[in-house]
Amino acid sequence: MSELRFDDVTVRFGRGGRALTAVDGVDLTVPSGQVVGLVGESGSGKSTLARAAVGLAEPAGGQILLDGVPLRHRPGARRPLQMVFQDPYSSLDPRMTVGDSIAEAMPRGARRRDEVVRLLELVGLDADRVSAYPGALSGGQRQRVAIARAVAGQPDVLIADEITSALDVSIQGTVLNLVRTLQRELRLSMLFISHNLAVVRYVSDIVAVMYLGRIVEVGPARDVLGNPQHPYTKELLAAAPRRGSTALPPPDAVADAEPADPHHPPAGCRFHPRCPVGPLIRTDREHCLTLDPTTEADHRLHRAACHHAAGVLRAVGSNPPVLMELKEDSL
Amino acid sequence: MRTRWIAVLRTPVGAGAGLLLLGVLLLAVFAPVLWSHQANAIDTDHLLQGSSAQHWLGTDNLGRDIFYRVLVASRTSILLALLATAIAVVTGLALGSAPAILGKRGGRAAIAVVNIAVAFPGLLLALFFAVVFGVGAKGAVLAIGFAGAPSFARLTQTLVAGVAERDFIAAARIAGVGRFRMLVRHILPNIAEPLVVNATIGAGGTLLAFAGLSFIGLGVQPPAYDWGRMLGESLSGIYVHPAAALAPGVAVVIAGLAFNLFGEAVAKGLGVQVPRARWTSRTPEAVPARDSDAVLVVEDLQVSFPGPVTPVRGVSFTIRKGEIVGLVGESGSGKSLTALAVAQLIEPPGQVTAAELSFLGAPLLGRLPVRSTAATRRRLLGTSFAMVFQDPMTSFNPTKRIGVQLAEGAREHQGLSRRAAMNRAIDRLRAVRVPAAERRAHQYPHEFSGGMRQRAMIGMGLMGTPALIVADEPTTALDVTVQRQVLRLLETIRSEDDVAVLLISHDISVVAEICDRVLVMYAGRVVEDLPATELATGARHPYTRALLAAVPDLDTALDEPLAVIPGRPVDPARLPDGCAFAARCSFASDRCRTEDPVLVDQVACWHPQAQAEYSSFRTGQR
Ligand SMILES: Nc1ncnc2c1ncn2[C@@H]1O[C@H](COP(=O)(O)OP(=O)(O)OP(=O)(O)O)[C@@H](O)[C@H]1O
Ligand code: SF4
Ligand code: SF4
Ligand SMILES: [Mg+2]
Repeated sequence: MSELRFDDVTVRFGRGGRALTAVDGVDLTVPSGQVVGLVGESGSGKSTLARAAVGLAEPAGGQILLDGVPLRHRPGARRPLQMVFQDPYSSLDPRMTVGDSIAEAMPRGARRRDEVVRLLELVGLDADRVSAYPGALSGGQRQRVAIARAVAGQPDVLIADEITSALDVSIQGTVLNLVRTLQRELRLSMLFISHNLAVVRYVSDIVAVMYLGRIVEVGPARDVLGNPQHPYTKELLAAAPRRGSTALPPPDAVADAEPADPHHPPAGCRFHPRCPVGPLIRTDREHCLTLDPTTEADHRLHRAACHHAAGVLRAVGSNPPVLMELKEDSL
Repeated sequence: MRTRWIAVLRTPVGAGAGLLLLGVLLLAVFAPVLWSHQANAIDTDHLLQGSSAQHWLGTDNLGRDIFYRVLVASRTSILLALLATAIAVVTGLALGSAPAILGKRGGRAAIAVVNIAVAFPGLLLALFFAVVFGVGAKGAVLAIGFAGAPSFARLTQTLVAGVAERDFIAAARIAGVGRFRMLVRHILPNIAEPLVVNATIGAGGTLLAFAGLSFIGLGVQPPAYDWGRMLGESLSGIYVHPAAALAPGVAVVIAGLAFNLFGEAVAKGLGVQVPRARWTSRTPEAVPARDSDAVLVVEDLQVSFPGPVTPVRGVSFTIRKGEIVGLVGESGSGKSLTALAVAQLIEPPGQVTAAELSFLGAPLLGRLPVRSTAATRRRLLGTSFAMVFQDPMTSFNPTKRIGVQLAEGAREHQGLSRRAAMNRAIDRLRAVRVPAAERRAHQYPHEFSGGMRQRAMIGMGLMGTPALIVADEPTTALDVTVQRQVLRLLETIRSEDDVAVLLISHDISVVAEICDRVLVMYAGRVVEDLPATELATGARHPYTRALLAAVPDLDTALDEPLAVIPGRPVDPARLPDGCAFAARCSFASDRCRTEDPVLVDQVACWHPQAQAEYSSFRTGQR
């Protein structure tokens, strides 16, 4: 039971002209014992954020804190964060038995044999799978082993990066059920990454929406999905399939624009080239082209990074006058 | 793994090389034990003699029998070569895996050392080290070993880098596995195979190199002798006693070849080989006149592979003009194989058979009697048939501009000029709503985002005037929003040009939204064929219903576990008698387990569920 906090975390790849800021000043908290679902389109930086947390990517700025203490990653030392990867076909060593893979992640001194068997049973696999090689398991079974391995490390926080997207729909359900049960039983704090809103909705207490390296909206799952503030969240919700829907939602000219180039993120609001209520549609919203909506996000409902998000937490008195004027203009 | 090595020994080359190598090794072990005496016997009466009945290959300057000496020398020659190889491999491994152990800075230094060392020719290095370590067997072993190390180091580096990218390495790091253990437990086992193969091939080369050093007197010193030294000593008399000089040479070549061939055979056997495809039809040329609207008629299609397995076993369907048909099912159910069979893309040794497989009334299967017909068929497929794959990155050539790739097909199939083809390519890119089409046409595939590449792929299909687009999981790798765009594009194309679409997906909710009709596949069969509008309420096959219930959506109840389909998909190699779904079906009866249901009245099930039972089924299945 621990709280994971990203404090203004930035991750960059490359240098000079080819540099790319995959994660740009992200603030996000995974409260103790809760599941934060992170959604966003491909390339928005979700995996990069997760990899930074477990020490696979080096943040260029900001801090990642566990219970208020900055995380340190030393090779060979126990890691309080564990991660389950997207592709169960590459995340298990093909030359190692299931039992060895799980045992390896255990803290020193654990009673390995019994513990491995207990973990296998915990994730719903037969104890005799201990000596099986990953090659003999199906995708769903491998993903169970990967989950068992992550839990074996007795993590304070578990990170799950698209753990069901490589699986068939018929198997997805069992893995999601397992994750949910485990999380509740072990009272794990969890960062659950997926691009599937329905899946995130099912497992998360809190939902965070990421767009081009930034969190554009975050709040309790029910509220964010029931009362989305940011136009991008609304778009994601509109695009998610509903039970029994037999027609595509009506086309949306702006949303169909090409995704932004992460090497050259748009100025002002990063979403403006695709925003259906933004400057390309409503000429009175030109300030979206230049003013970054993330700076004032803390004052808005769900910390929405949008100048025109409906809900405001408190009076905008503390806002810079520029913004005030523009808002009056736009009325 | 072990079985693959055994398979290598079953091939003629593998078996031959293996036997040869075994022979050479046995000789090295036993020759000195058996024949040392004969080889060292000095016969002063027969100095430097030619071949005779007593001395097959003659004698040397002390009258010793050359034939026996060649045999006995095998141990020294091979042992020293193996020792040198071992040094090369161990040093190479240490240098090559140093980056994995030392961390960033030390790793960079190790890489730099290897880069410099690799730049020197091996022979030069060997001579350099031979001088450094001094003349003699020990010096030569060290010299050749170290000279061979850089190339192994480079190989190791490449292999390690390949493995280090994989997620299981990242997982082990997160689990707190130390660097050394990482190398020993995770990296080395996964690169051992190519290393062993290369070391075997390398041993052949080392043998030659060693013979070379001994030949010029830098290697084995008297009284010890190896093939290289024997060659050197008898060379002066080569015109008088050719056999004495040739014999050790031949021995070196044979032993070297044994190592080399064996290594090559293993390397080849562990790789994958692809022979050519065979297409057969049970009733070639028999195309019954049908419904003139039919674009694609598939009747009892089967795809099988040696094993034998038949992952597609009797699929039948018809797609009409302007119809969007969805094909859903879990992985391994045969969806993609069905599509590939239709597109004539089944890779051998796969085999495709069908009672009928015809496209726009023309048969796609069977040998065609006249050459022109074959060309017609190719042209028909080239212009009227389009295929869109899941990952367009692998379907585009990364080194060619998108526009050029689109234009290529049009020039070939429609005989357009370069200019006209390029214009059409730009026009088609515009049609699939690639922004700034003119500029984009001059870009390379990697400069396109995933969604845009997918559109360009569809644009490529539209270069001709397709009657059918087969799209295999075209949106699986994409985000919901981009996914929508691609689906919408397919729908637009259908309504504007009356193009038929076969859309393959494992995601039944995607299919429901855009298709007219849905075919549900399970274990190589179509188990239900129903209008998309009836999916939500009118599905009758238990599998279709379970599939629908298993997909969470924005209305799924949060306080209950998700509905799941119990059990596992069937292995196509081990199909049960009766209904393939029986083990996972809650309605299965004894009849289901013995009799295989066929598609009757759009559903292949002995107990199709009535539409009214639907709601009770959904709650009952949880
Ligand atoms: N090692 C790397 N070097 C350079 N760029 C990278 C690297 N890894 C990721 N990126 C870039 O960083 C950005 C964010 O990538 P990331 O993998 O975090 O996205 P994501 O949100 O997880 O996407 P997906 O849903 O496709 O997994 C992308 O533009 C990606 O191309
Ligand atoms: S700030 Fe402007 S452009 Fe950005 S999301 Fe809000 S309305 Fe759209
Ligand atoms: S035939 Fe029997 S086992 Fe097969 S799906 Fe129908 S009810 Fe289930
Ligand atoms: Mg990712």
